[in-house]
Amino acid sequence: MSDTGRGDLLLEVRNLQVHFYLFEGVVQAVNDVSFDVHRGRTLGIIGESGSGKSVSAQSVMGIVPSPPAKQLAGEIRLHRATPDGGIETVDLGRLDPRGQEYRDVRGGEIGMIFQEPMTSFSPLHTVGDQIGEAILLHIPDSTPQSARERTVDLLRRVGIPRPDRAVDAYPHELSGGMRQRAMIAMALSCDPALLIADEPTTALDVTIEAQILELIQELQDDLNMAIIYISHDLAVVGGVADEVMVMYLGLVMEHADAETIFDEPLHPYTRALWQSIPKIDGPLEQLVPISGNIPNPFAVHKGCPFYARCTERIQGVCDESPPPVLEPRQGHTVRCFLYADDVDLASNGAAGD
Amino acid sequence: MTASTEVFEEVLVADQAEQDDRFYYASQWSLIWWRFRRHRVAIVSTILLLLLYLLAVLPGFFSPYLPSTRFESYQEAPPVRLHWMDKSPEGGGFIGPHYYGYEKTLNKETFKYEFAPILDNPIKLRLFAPGPEYTIVGDWTSTVHFFGTDVEEPPPFMLFGADRLGRDLLSRTLYGARISLSIGLIGVALSLILGVILGGISGYFGGLVDEVIQRLIDFLISIPQIPLWMALSAALPRDWPVLKTYFAITIILSILGWTGLARVVRGKLLSLREEDYAMAAKAAGTGESRIIFKHLLPGFTSHLIVTVTLAVPTMILAETALSFLGLGIQPPAVSWGTLLQDAQDIVAIAQHPHQLIPAAWVMAAVLLFNNVGDGLRDAADPYSDH
Amino acid sequence: MADVMQTTSGANGAAAGELLQVEGLSKYFPITKGFLRRVIGFTKAVHDVSFTLANGETLGVVGESGCGKTTLGRTILQLYDMTAGSVRINLDEGQLDVGSLTPEERKLFRRRAQMIFQDPFASLNPRMNILETVGEPLLVNGVAKGTELEQRVARIIEQVGLRVEHLRRYPHSFSGGQRQRIGIARALVVNPRLVIADEPVSALDVSIQAQILNLLQELQGEFHLTYMFVSHDMSVIRYICDRIAVMYAGRLVELGPKDELLERPRHPYTALLLAAVPRTAKGSRGKRLVTAGEPPDPANLPTGCVFQERCVHVQDICREEDPPQVSMSDRHFAACHFAKDLNLDGITVAPVTLSA
Repeated sequence: MSDTGRGDLLLEVRNLQVHFYLFEGVVQAVNDVSFDVHRGRTLGIIGESGSGKSVSAQSVMGIVPSPPAKQLAGEIRLHRATPDGGIETVDLGRLDPRGQEYRDVRGGEIGMIFQEPMTSFSPLHTVGDQIGEAILLHIPDSTPQSARERTVDLLRRVGIPRPDRAVDAYPHELSGGMRQRAMIAMALSCDPALLIADEPTTALDVTIEAQILELIQELQDDLNMAIIYISHDLAVVGGVADEVMVMYLGLVMEHADAETIFDEPLHPYTRALWQSIPKIDGPLEQLVPISGNIPNPFAVHKGCPFYARCTERIQGVCDESPPPVLEPRQGHTVRCFLYADDVDLASNGAAGD
Repeated sequence: MTASTEVFEEVLVADQAEQDDRFYYASQWSLIWWRFRRHRVAIVSTILLLLLYLLAVLPGFFSPYLPSTRFESYQEAPPVRLHWMDKSPEGGGFIGPHYYGYEKTLNKETFKYEFAPILDNPIKLRLFAPGPEYTIVGDWTSTVHFFGTDVEEPPPFMLFGADRLGRDLLSRTLYGARISLSIGLIGVALSLILGVILGGISGYFGGLVDEVIQRLIDFLISIPQIPLWMALSAALPRDWPVLKTYFAITIILSILGWTGLARVVRGKLLSLREEDYAMAAKAAGTGESRIIFKHLLPGFTSHLIVTVTLAVPTMILAETALSFLGLGIQPPAVSWGTLLQDAQDIVAIAQHPHQLIPAAWVMAAVLLFNNVGDGLRDAADPYSDH
Repeated sequence: MADVMQTTSGANGAAAGELLQVEGLSKYFPITKGFLRRVIGFTKAVHDVSFTLANGETLGVVGESGCGKTTLGRTILQLYDMTAGSVRINLDEGQLDVGSLTPEERKLFRRRAQMIFQDPFASLNPRMNILETVGEPLLVNGVAKGTELEQRVARIIEQVGLRVEHLRRYPHSFSGGQRQRIGIARALVVNPRLVIADEPVSALDVSIQAQILNLLQELQGEFHLTYMFVSHDMSVIRYICDRIAVMYAGRLVELGPKDELLERPRHPYTALLLAAVPRTAKGSRGKRLVTAGEPPDPANLPTGCVFQERCVHVQDICREEDPPQVSMSDRHFAACHFAKDLNLDGITVAPVTLSA
């Protein structure tokens, strides 16, 4: 496939739908998620528990546990560089998650860092052995010697002091911040084109979080990586993302560039979120909580899943059919009836979707 | 602010309407039962296990003969087949459950006895037929058996065949089940008592007491089990009555069996003590004993049940092993181990494979217990996935 | 520390309006080794902490993980035995010395000082329904039983925004926010004066946090509560507290009125902590200061100031002498040799007063 017209587009996710079939019922973890990721840019995904933000990322990575999960629809197109300098397109959703090709993508084109680094390292092997193994697997012509050298380089690059010693440390011998750095080193071991960061700093203190985020951004500038940054923390996402996607119960509610989504949010959920979080600066205002609770994950919603908690809901419309995805402004999409010119038309359009 | 609370209430009502109330009012045990029920293998195994224990409780009723009755000419006779269709030369067709007596002939070439059914004399079976008198419990006796025949002096109906002395293997297996299955339960019960007390002390008091008990456990575990059992049971006087030997063996088995349970109890106590809700109870002013009995103990009874279920088959196997080695239950008492002891001779097994039937029962009992334990383990912590 | 204590709490703590006096409180956890549990050192989780709490105020205790803020709360509530120091609480029934309570006094103390826990899933016993959980403090302290207990539980359950019909439900039927309401009800059912809230919102989803924060504010007015609010989140602390105490490596490094401390921090660590929080206001969004280093191991602290390794203003004296408690005013002090000399940046926009 030619690369004309794609520019720096790296990943396209279209209408992804992933459901979990559990004993208690079906969880519609990801219902209709589409987004693009460009080289050198950061896509922030904001969402609360049950929003499907992690499952979306795990689907790209091919690590959603299946069963119970099943990808019902959608495409995950990765435009990856070929050795001869061209671009080829792979639909990751069609690859066997356990197959060799996907394994090459994982840890090759795409690296991932998680919230708890302790779970991604085996406690039985040194940090260096584990990073070195990833290098040996994914980089052709590497020897144990060269892999070790590269590991020390990587550890130095992520800011671990005395990397020649840390390479022989076991994961539990490192502090939380240092483990997170080591995990970033592992994710970077094969120069990924895309780094997926799933709440990488949630377990860390704020001063350490600042260090890790700075590191990720430095590395992005050096390597021209694309980043998907997942977090529940709006302030953190505001600091790292170029564009932001707000998810709620498996749906993308709003998607715009970072400035717009924070300064001129359109979706009632996004606006309510902003009013409900305490802020460190600016005038101190009384918080306006979002009423109610996040619905039961097994619940099926005929209309908008945010309906029950929404202050701007239109009875008879929002609870009757799924809201349409609209683009009131160039590059700013929102899934809400409020922005439909004609409510009936919009609901019909959505129903036919 | 009041406005926000109102909306909150309203949403709660909406939430509640769509949810299954039964689930929300369910206690721990209901939740465990609902999860266990979904585990089909475990449910079937539980039913089979209960049947097995029913057989073991009433061996006299279910077995056609007494375990000590010898049929002189039927030594090592193969299992007698149960028939429904008449096989006699002139007959044919359905005549209900029946069997044929054996004619014993000596094969002149191999010099072995061979048993062939006498087909012209079907002997009909029926349920609840009279038979030899047996003891149910104490002085309460009966002559009614689960199945039997009304024919006067019938040839023996030995479904599992006969042993070397011409005794009915089915009857012996059922009587053996009584000892083998009960020794598992009683042994585990003793281990449980020891394990909960010592593990509880260890986990609750901590410090030096904990250290001493843990080292004791380490020491007991480090002793090779079979030699220790052998040494202990070899020390039992041979002339002890059956019942006394039985309890002595049970105690020997539990002396080693409690260590695992003690570790489970200690570990659980230690981890549960650190749970926030134990801390919260303390902050609320709850006394230590109430914290232990109301908060901590219910937290691991379900785990304890699992551990116990999985410990029973180990006990059964241990008894079988000891008796097999001739160090456990002594003849004339019957256990599965002593039955297998009869099947020790490889030549005997080659020629009379039916002698291994008791081994199949041991395996069945062990597998059933493991299945039930698996199901319980999956169901035991209904709060694990929140 | 002495000069601070005298100015803030008066001679022996009987000053009007004061609920709690903490003086020189320390909690060390022994590090043991070997079969005989030989003590080879101590983790100084809390070291020489002094402060007072006025009736009806909210004191925020902020710091990074391992700084001792949770241990401080639990030691004040006697969930851990204190190693040194004293805690006194002034109740209508008289003053209690928390370090040496008689069994009678302990019962009273447990009623008047309560705790709200961080994790709404772990802090409720899954095997007890709401009535049992919330009723337990009433029952074990002999306050109420039977119908009266049920009525009191029902009343508090409504006050925290839950439905009385759910009294016999088990915790698994509630969401995180609802469970935290149950935890709050359990703390308030015995009419406490002091409530120590240990990270009560940090395990909750963002859309639920504000519900709980506002509920805590509402209940403070209704029940005349005094809060000690422990959190790692500066933004939450800023929202809910009147005064802020900053902890680092087991020490109280700065204590002062909220606005003063946030806008003009006196301890370099406070300034660092504030600078590390990403800004949300337009124009400076996402901006934060990145500084190197991690907190020291509380089992192996350096001589002198505990913050010396990360401090950009460090001098020789900081490596040799423990910093004194330097008072800025009678309500604001910082444990730094140069508290009066440094000109540190706080948050940029002046907060306006709350309009409730």
